[in-house]
Amino acid sequence: MGEHHGPMKGIKRWLFATNHKDIGAMYLWFSFIMFLTGGFMAMIIRAELMYPGLQLVDPNFFNQMTTTHGLIMVFGAVMPAFVGLANYMVPMMIGAPDMALPRLNNWSFWILPFAFSLLIIAIIQSFLGIADAPNFGWTFYAPLSTKYGPASTDFFIFSVHMMGVSSIMGAVNVIVTIFNLRAPGMTLMKMPLFVWTWLITAFLLIAVMPVLAGAVTMMLTDRHFGTSFFDAAGGGDPVLFQHVFWFFGHPEVYIMILPAFGIVSAIIPTFARKPLFGYASMVYATASIAFLSFVVWAHHMFTVGLPLAGNLFYMYMTMLIAVPTGVKVFNWVATMWKGAMTFEVPMLFAIAFVVLFTIGGFSGLMLAITPVDQQYHDTYFVVAHFHYVLVTGAVFSIVAGVYYWLPKWTGRMYNIGLAKLHFWSSLIFVNLLFFPMHFVGLAGMPRRYSDYSLQFADFNWWISIGGFGFGLSQLILLWILIEVCFRKKGEPVSDQVWDGAEGLEWTLPSPVPYHSFTTPPVIK
Amino acid sequence: MTEQHSVQQANRKLIKKLSLIVVGMFVFAVGVLPPMYDAICAITGLNGKTANEAADIEDAVVVEDRMVTVQFLADTDPAMPWDFKPNIFSIKVHPGAIQKVDFHVRNPTSRLIVGQAIPSVSPAQATPYFKKTECFCFNNQELNGGEEMDMPLIFYVDPGLPKSVRTITLSYQLYDITKSTEKGAPLAAN
Amino acid sequence: MQSLAKRCSAIGLALATVTSSSVFAEWQLDMTPGVTDISQQVFDMHRTMLWWCVAIGIVVFGAMFYSMIKHRKSKGHEAAQFHESTSVEIMWTVVPFIILILMAIPATKVLIAMNDTSDSALTIKITGSQWKWHYEYLDWEGKGNLDLDYYSVLSTPSEEIIRPALASGLFPKKTAKDSYRADGNYPEQTALYKQDVDKPLVIPTGRKVRFLITADDVIHSWWVPAFAIKKDAIPGFINELWTLVPEDNPGIYRGQCAELCGKDHAFMPIVVDARPVAEFEQWLADARAAQKAEAEAAANSLDKTFTKDELMAEGEKAYLARCSACHQANGQGLPPTFPALAGSALATGPVADHIHIVVKGKNAMPGFGSMLSPKEIAAIITYERNAWGNTPTDGVDVVQPRDVAK
Repeated sequence: MGEHHGPMKGIKRWLFATNHKDIGAMYLWFSFIMFLTGGFMAMIIRAELMYPGLQLVDPNFFNQMTTTHGLIMVFGAVMPAFVGLANYMVPMMIGAPDMALPRLNNWSFWILPFAFSLLIIAIIQSFLGIADAPNFGWTFYAPLSTKYGPASTDFFIFSVHMMGVSSIMGAVNVIVTIFNLRAPGMTLMKMPLFVWTWLITAFLLIAVMPVLAGAVTMMLTDRHFGTSFFDAAGGGDPVLFQHVFWFFGHPEVYIMILPAFGIVSAIIPTFARKPLFGYASMVYATASIAFLSFVVWAHHMFTVGLPLAGNLFYMYMTMLIAVPTGVKVFNWVATMWKGAMTFEVPMLFAIAFVVLFTIGGFSGLMLAITPVDQQYHDTYFVVAHFHYVLVTGAVFSIVAGVYYWLPKWTGRMYNIGLAKLHFWSSLIFVNLLFFPMHFVGLAGMPRRYSDYSLQFADFNWWISIGGFGFGLSQLILLWILIEVCFRKKGEPVSDQVWDGAEGLEWTLPSPVPYHSFTTPPVIK
Repeated sequence: MTEQHSVQQANRKLIKKLSLIVVGMFVFAVGVLPPMYDAICAITGLNGKTANEAADIEDAVVVEDRMVTVQFLADTDPAMPWDFKPNIFSIKVHPGAIQKVDFHVRNPTSRLIVGQAIPSVSPAQATPYFKKTECFCFNNQELNGGEEMDMPLIFYVDPGLPKSVRTITLSYQLYDITKSTEKGAPLAAN
Repeated sequence: MQSLAKRCSAIGLALATVTSSSVFAEWQLDMTPGVTDISQQVFDMHRTMLWWCVAIGIVVFGAMFYSMIKHRKSKGHEAAQFHESTSVEIMWTVVPFIILILMAIPATKVLIAMNDTSDSALTIKITGSQWKWHYEYLDWEGKGNLDLDYYSVLSTPSEEIIRPALASGLFPKKTAKDSYRADGNYPEQTALYKQDVDKPLVIPTGRKVRFLITADDVIHSWWVPAFAIKKDAIPGFINELWTLVPEDNPGIYRGQCAELCGKDHAFMPIVVDARPVAEFEQWLADARAAQKAEAEAAANSLDKTFTKDELMAEGEKAYLARCSACHQANGQGLPPTFPALAGSALATGPVADHIHIVVKGKNAMPGFGSMLSPKEIAAIITYERNAWGNTPTDGVDVVQPRDVAK
């Protein structure tokens, strides 16, 4: 240790990468490719749904598209993007030279391409008309996915196992790094909120990814080894699957949003030029959201026939989540209050996040109320809700984070005009895409429908237009990234980059050197 | 160097602890959750599945001034060729009184088939109070091709049944489990 | 090879026809208030929640946008440096909590009211299967087994639904290639497109109806928005739900399957016909008589011998209605899940095996023995053994109803 060496040359730099910045960059690019892949599937879905009737794809293929779109976006786009940001930023934010376990880090990234290759092989087979891809929804309820699943379900099961292993290793790395590698003086309550939210997310990951692995393992043994966990014929119960799945699935939702809270909590103070309001309460709110996420899972199951007491319990618990979430939103507003705000691109995305995520929160609160949820359940109202939370929530925060830290990573400012165009077209189209879904959902259109009756026709046309517009808008982002990262275009930036930015990462030169904080910084 | 060493030691210790959580949660999902779910269902009647073994007859005290209607449904899985129906659709019983009803089955095929009936009670809150002292669903049933028989169910309704429940529906779904019991003759066709 | 431009114009033509010919109903923006007491309560609860959210939204977003307009650097605003206030933070933890309690009280009341299934006049068992509903009338005012059951399937003709934009049919397996119309002249989609069934569920008004719900294969979900009832149909288990349509609200109410149940999840609508009690009783008597007569006719048909042409004609019709969703109108199926029948070893092999599979089902395929009459099954099998160039290897090309009933 101690001798400074640069990166290895050529492909080896990436295959054998142990540097947190290299691995972070690979995670982010991987996630962006997955985002475009999953987005392409969404375009197929929206093209079919533009008009009533079946014009383009077979309904079975339609189900494969909704399934793989969901899986790729959740496990391939959103989660790896956050892991990438954690890899890149956490060591720089806590004054560590690298992640604590660099070789594990390499492994946890390189598992991902194999995991998704398995899934994508299944999808390509389906595109070629050879065999069906998984077609049972990203929630893969038994028995549709067990007794009635296509042969490629086994590909899916192994793929999920590998994703789980990757996420768990990534999470272990984050926890060990944060606990053991903080610079002297960087106490827990001095850590930036992004580090805090990631620490809590990492604990959620190691607690629930094994449960997902358990669920798919039980599926596997049900399919091939004669067990009947989820089959009534052998004394099992398909509803048990839903309990196990959502025991994983609800914390999973927070895994996809807690780091977003951290990013936004970094950006808003920078551009309001004012410290984050209520830092401590933000930490406690994050922790209580994470805790509550373990006792609300059955709110996804209000129509399976739970007893009254169960329905009431899960309704109350779910409503309770509104309290810490509200605290966060109020804190962000209070941070802006009486600041000296400017509206650079990261800030635009962060503000859009606060507004649109809150709208997703409102529909979430409505969905918590059991008797009304039974009407919303499995309709487009739910689709609208979780896309507001995941697209204008998680994805917007990731984009905001990339626009925020990209100049620091590359040392160059991206094309601001194009970035603003990207913001405004994304903002307009994403609302055209998801807001009318509330209406068609309330009017009674169930989700995962390859065709609908005529009263939903006009709205679906507009939704599709919004979808195509939002999809195309992301190509602007692709171009911006290519310009800055590969064509090396853009004005050089100062070390500070944003004049209101605070935190250790801004004390490093721009672009950040390959090895940073090899001697720990001094924390005031 | 020693500082480097101590960090590595701390890392290892932490990794061990975190791995324990991971393994523990996996075991929890596969080994603990399913039996726990069954246990909770058995106590609360959550999924309407009745107990899999005979109840004690002694605790039954007949409550003369209360009547409960019990309805019987019989269904076969689409893959199960047997004809299966209750001999009576519904009866009125006093809680605590022991009743016997028969379900009729016939195997219209020409091969041996093993069947297993899976009970489900609605409303679910009545499940723990539906006590069977003898039931064909406790075991699997074998019928040779063309054979038929009456299968008995002896039960009583526990007097502790909540007052709001006036009708209990007991439904059986009959499955062909010949394959998993390996007793059946090889399939003639296909 | 068609040029790209030609293809695009074909899509455009097809899509243009679709829009111009469709009947677009008025935009519905909100949940239906429905017709039952429960649905009204649910609707009120929904509106209450909506207004709470709007009110909170106005306060929060109002403060935020005010700040964004007033407290900007370009207006020379200097940043304040406060970053916490215990009293404010306690306030915005406690106030939302109180609001939540105000929301939870009425929600609890509605939920308790929805759970009371006692004292129903009519009991109906609903069984979901891929992709139709089976209704079984169990009990009407304590009269016991009514011996009435039927399947309810989508009645929208497939020409209205399947309208490929490309000559190659629907991607990726080129299904429905034969349905492609180069001129884009597909039949108009009627107002009840994809919402109508052959036999609706008939219930009385003014009486409590209890539904016992289960499924044959995968999980389905039975949903009628106008009654505000939705419950999952779970294979091997029964669930309960109930409704009470007020006497002054007879009519037709429509719903759909709400839980992903495979390929044709979008094509198993629900239609409920609520009639005054007297009319319902009349219908019940007629339907029971009709079912009895049908059973007798089926039994009689066992003695009759039909010609190959008669069976082929009826067989084609029944095949298109019952089998073509999976095995396709051209018999090519959707392998591997749904095997081809054209040229298949089964459809041209020993007739006994062929009959066995149609009557009893196999894997994902339901047995049709309980769904169709022996005559219909005989017709379908005859059709399958002769259509698409099939020639039975055992020489049996005509199957009579009595062969099926054996």
